[in-house]
Amino acid sequence: MYSPEIIAEAVVNGLLTGGTYALIALGLTLVYGVLHIVNFAHGALLTCAMFAVLGMHLWLGVDPYWSILPLAAVFFAFGYGLQRFVIGPSSHGEDRNTLLVTLGLSIILENLLLAAFKSDTRTLGADTAFDVIELGPMLLSRPRLIGFAVALVTAGLLWLLLSATDTGRAIRAVAKEKLGAQLSGIDPRHIFAVTFGIGCACLAVAACLLLPTFYVNPRVGNAFVLVAFTIVVLGGMGSITGALVGGLLVGVVESLGGLLLGESLGQLGIFLIFILMLLVRPTGLFGARA
Amino acid sequence: MMLPLSRRAVLAGTAGLATTLAMPRILRAQPAAVKLGILQPLTGALAQDGELGRIGAEAAAAAINKAGGINGAKLELVVADARSNPEAAAQEVEKLQAEGVAAIVGGFASPICLAASQAAARYDLPYIVDVGVSDAILQRGLTNTFRFAPGFGMVTATALDNLSKLNDAAGKPCKTVVLVHEDGLFGSGLAKLMQTELPKRGFEILETIAHPTPARDMSNVALRIRSLRPDLVIPSSYYGEFVLLARTMRQQRIRPKGIYAVLNGAASNFRFVKEFPDAALNVMDCNHWHDPKNAEALALKKQVEDSGKFWAYNIPLNYSCVKLAADAIARAGGTDRAKVTQALAASEFAGHIMPYGPTKFAQGQNQGARPVNTQVQGEDIKVIFPEEVADAKPVFPVQG
Amino acid sequence: MSARDIAAPVLLVAVLAVLPFFASGTMLNFLVSALIVALGAQGWNLLAGFGGQLSFGHAAFFGTGAYVTALLQIRFGINAWAGMAAGIALGAVVGWVIGFLSFRARLRGSYFALVTLAFAEVLRILANAADFTGGAAGLLIRLQPGFGNLQFPDRGVFLWLVLGCILFVLLLTASIERSRFGAQLVAVRENEDAARALGVDVLATKLKAISLSAAITAAAGCLYMQNFLYLDANIAYGTWISVEVLIASIIGGLGTVLGPVVGALALHGLGEATKLVSGQITGIDLAIFGAVLILSVAFAPNGVMGLRRLFKGRAG
Repeated sequence: MYSPEIIAEAVVNGLLTGGTYALIALGLTLVYGVLHIVNFAHGALLTCAMFAVLGMHLWLGVDPYWSILPLAAVFFAFGYGLQRFVIGPSSHGEDRNTLLVTLGLSIILENLLLAAFKSDTRTLGADTAFDVIELGPMLLSRPRLIGFAVALVTAGLLWLLLSATDTGRAIRAVAKEKLGAQLSGIDPRHIFAVTFGIGCACLAVAACLLLPTFYVNPRVGNAFVLVAFTIVVLGGMGSITGALVGGLLVGVVESLGGLLLGESLGQLGIFLIFILMLLVRPTGLFGARA
Repeated sequence: MMLPLSRRAVLAGTAGLATTLAMPRILRAQPAAVKLGILQPLTGALAQDGELGRIGAEAAAAAINKAGGINGAKLELVVADARSNPEAAAQEVEKLQAEGVAAIVGGFASPICLAASQAAARYDLPYIVDVGVSDAILQRGLTNTFRFAPGFGMVTATALDNLSKLNDAAGKPCKTVVLVHEDGLFGSGLAKLMQTELPKRGFEILETIAHPTPARDMSNVALRIRSLRPDLVIPSSYYGEFVLLARTMRQQRIRPKGIYAVLNGAASNFRFVKEFPDAALNVMDCNHWHDPKNAEALALKKQVEDSGKFWAYNIPLNYSCVKLAADAIARAGGTDRAKVTQALAASEFAGHIMPYGPTKFAQGQNQGARPVNTQVQGEDIKVIFPEEVADAKPVFPVQG
Repeated sequence: MSARDIAAPVLLVAVLAVLPFFASGTMLNFLVSALIVALGAQGWNLLAGFGGQLSFGHAAFFGTGAYVTALLQIRFGINAWAGMAAGIALGAVVGWVIGFLSFRARLRGSYFALVTLAFAEVLRILANAADFTGGAAGLLIRLQPGFGNLQFPDRGVFLWLVLGCILFVLLLTASIERSRFGAQLVAVRENEDAARALGVDVLATKLKAISLSAAITAAAGCLYMQNFLYLDANIAYGTWISVEVLIASIIGGLGTVLGPVVGALALHGLGEATKLVSGQITGIDLAIFGAVLILSVAFAPNGVMGLRRLFKGRAG
């Protein structure tokens, strides 16, 4: 039905999209793996990050790619503060309460953005957004290629952080055994906040990479939430490699599913994989065995 | 010695005093303000469109009051947020009814219009649908519900007819078509209709591509279009998705002979044109639009753009609906609901700014309503069809 | 079931039932909307509060109930009451199926929550695409007021119907709380392995819970349909209802009998109250709503019913 070139390009498109998905899922999987909370505010935080990138460009004239480092730092601090002073204390340690708190947070963020920026859908007018790189018969979008590369680098850096630094070790300790970590002198509240901060920093990076080819409005992040959850489950909650591989896989499945079934029904592919994974191997591809 | 007050001043002052003393009588004769409910999704997924609807309504109220109000009474808008869902809309209708509004204008989305007009029907409160195109809205036998703009059936039929005319007039350069549509009410309905009608008019549909809203990525849609190389692409999507598609098509150097959108959220939106002149150039749309030859419409457009906002069809449409309501209330001589409903049903209102035929309501639908074809030319959106309201000639097929 | 167990539910329903005699249209509409959500939340609470299985996909049951009753009335001309009965029955079946797949695979906690979400999304996508369910255009029931059509020109009567369902479920929940089934549920909730060791058939208990939970939420879906007469895939299977029943139950008091009803009224009441402070800037009212949500969790972690326990001086 489709020529091999089309299928090949669809796969490549899927990988490129998957890279961005992976970056969005990285933050979520860490937060879940360490804090064991389902972060309902993930989409709204992504939206915040995208507005931040837009703001940097409109008011400070900073190109989205140059915004990556400063915004990652800003959002790390933002996320740290949110977890340490809002989410953590309000939840009293109960999972179900964290759900409500993150839900409340997402409502606040989305509507504050609406109040501040109005509901219009805005886009960045950069000409570079249209650059293509030709690879054989394929026309690949340059911003998306850059996005893919940066996503890989970020995942790599994160992996290094977790395996080679003291903070990383502390995070892994708290994720595995909170009480034991506490007894070793690690402050779980600080670690939780650091983890949440890292999650938000990842979203900031994702936003910088997404904005050149996407648009912004107060609800834009919501479209990525379900996909992010799917990837987290697919890859294994708490696994960096899992989020990366899961992201790429979901990107390709979505791409091929869309090609074969149409974009609307193609979404079924993602959920069916999600369900199958949960029923057959809930810990995911790279998750620790329960 | 100079008198502190000149004679003229004293006379003027006395006259002023006399008028002031007479004022209470005039004030007493001043009728109470007429309240009109404006229901729009101001928050939630449809906030962008809701805000545009509100802008149009408020502009109309200002214009009406500047011209003396409704039979001398001030028009007061009571704005309610439908929160982009039907339950909230129904609750807001209750509140509007409690506030004593004479009628309600708005809704935007069909599910919202359905719920709100039904809730209003309980109180025989007239409800004027602004955009909601679903034909079901006027098929329920509710006498309180009116729609000034064309419904889905009429828009799609017109879109098809005008496409054939356009193609024929240019010497039939387009034969193959790819349909891209959002998978909601109007997109899917349109696709279904196109699938049966287009072949009858000599077009060949190569593929129909449905996409969700929101869509995270349109690269594969563009990929398929590129591989199929159709003469014509017919996209029916909301703002964000069409922006993504148009940009990706431009990037992938896909240049069909024409992009003929129907009820597209971006193609008839000045923000899209200003932000992506290259991707927007020559895109055609069959959509609601103002009458480009109407001075009041152009004045309103200028006023909106001067205030820093972007023009889209919701503005003139809501503007016209509010004026329609005001006219009916004036003709009814008051806010009695039965009389206002009757006045609406018999309305032949011509003071609107839409490119419609003569106003005449049958089963609540304005028979004079029609969509027009627009095209982005230069950095402007022009009307290219029908000829009697057109302000430019179509550029079709698009070269290169 | 003692008189004390019955007293509170009956009192609550009685107070609400008197309102139609002097409530405004706005109040009546508010109550109908809030109480339909309350009924849905009662279903959710049974599974989550008593059974300990938090679901993010109760829309699957709500939507099934709504679609079934709509389809039976529109396509097959079946009576609305029978349609509602069928909707409830099929809702229970869908609950059983989802439960069977999930619980057999030993899914718990967030995994279970996410799989229910996925199931609801699948149903939404399918319902939107299939012609049978009206596709994207949705389904519209003909406006024909009449007792036989479950459409009442007098909203007070509809409110009594909803209250009747709520009272029934309140009493049912109270009796379950005191029954052996209730004890099994709690055992499974607190420690599944220990329960199994004690001889509780964990799978059967969970399946019973989810089927019952689904049936109740499906009933809410049917009532929604009768009230609004229109639905599409996003209304029926959208995440909005999954989230509302969840919030209502937790705000009201997870695992309590009255919690869902109190929570739904509080939640919707808060929504209406924040509209009063909206002013000219759109979005501020909802931002305040979110803030109050967080504050209420912070200060009343066991919900409204938990506050009551605090007042009475009992532990936690």
